Amino acid sequence: MIFVHAGTARTWSCIGGVAALAIAGECFIAAAMRRVGDLDEIRAVSGLAGAIRAVLTNPLFLIGATCMALNFFALLFTLSAVDLSLAGPASASLTYVGNAAAAKLFLRENVDRRRWLAVLFVCAGVYLISR
Amino acid sequence: MKHTLTPQRYLVLLAVTLTAPLGDALLTRGMRQVGAVDLHHLGLLWHALFNPSIDLGILLLIGFFASYMTALSWADLTFVMPSTAFGYVVVALLSRFWLHEHLSAYRWAGIVLIVCAVGFVANGPSLTEHPGLNRMDSGAAR
Repeated sequence: MIFVHAGTARTWSCIGGVAALAIAGECFIAAAMRRVGDLDEIRAVSGLAGAIRAVLTNPLFLIGATCMALNFFALLFTLSAVDLSLAGPASASLTYVGNAAAAKLFLRENVDRRRWLAVLFVCAGVYLISR
Repeated sequence: MKHTLTPQRYLVLLAVTLTAPLGDALLTRGMRQVGAVDLHHLGLLWHALFNPSIDLGILLLIGFFASYMTALSWADLTFVMPSTAFGYVVVALLSRFWLHEHLSAYRWAGIVLIVCAVGFVANGPSLTEHPGLNRMDSGAAR
């Protein structure tokens, strides 16, 4: 099998694309679950089938799931040209930082100093564990 | 309002943390038993479905998705995220104590950082209150 390393611009475009799709997917899914409401309460009222129906019929969930599927294929494409040791931690760290920013901007979550610190610690931790 | 979690909800977060790395590890083990799949041997993928490790791995990953969605229905994304990151710690500890691999000082430092991150977030509120959100529009009213 021939493995051709991508140039710097292409490498970071691929990693950025993987992270962007993951951020979009997670934010859409989180927005969907916020709109659906507490699944424990839905399950108590409508049973497991009702909870599954509530999730699967939510358009935001379907958009988020599509983004996550595209993220999977984008990761496969990226791994065909970029080393896993770079693509794995880099895309994971970018996803954590991007998720925090997107959650503050789009989901209006209260991302306080404590949560930003946690995001930075997770990024550093992922980098060190992947070394 | 400060949102705190019940013990049952901490169990859901624990499931988020444990099911993904264990599922991935079982899929890896199963696919090593099945062998390398290429375009000329796609039938192996069907064969893989009858491997107990792969079946258990798929079940665990379905469990991960269900527990992740459940957690997002009552907690912020930025609250749940460190729980998913804790999976890296689980993988590292599994590789050290189950597979007897060597963990470098860098990896131990990474584990400490992620544990600290989880500790920061776990001490705070789990959900941002949005006064304008009408819960009657939500699925809870169905």
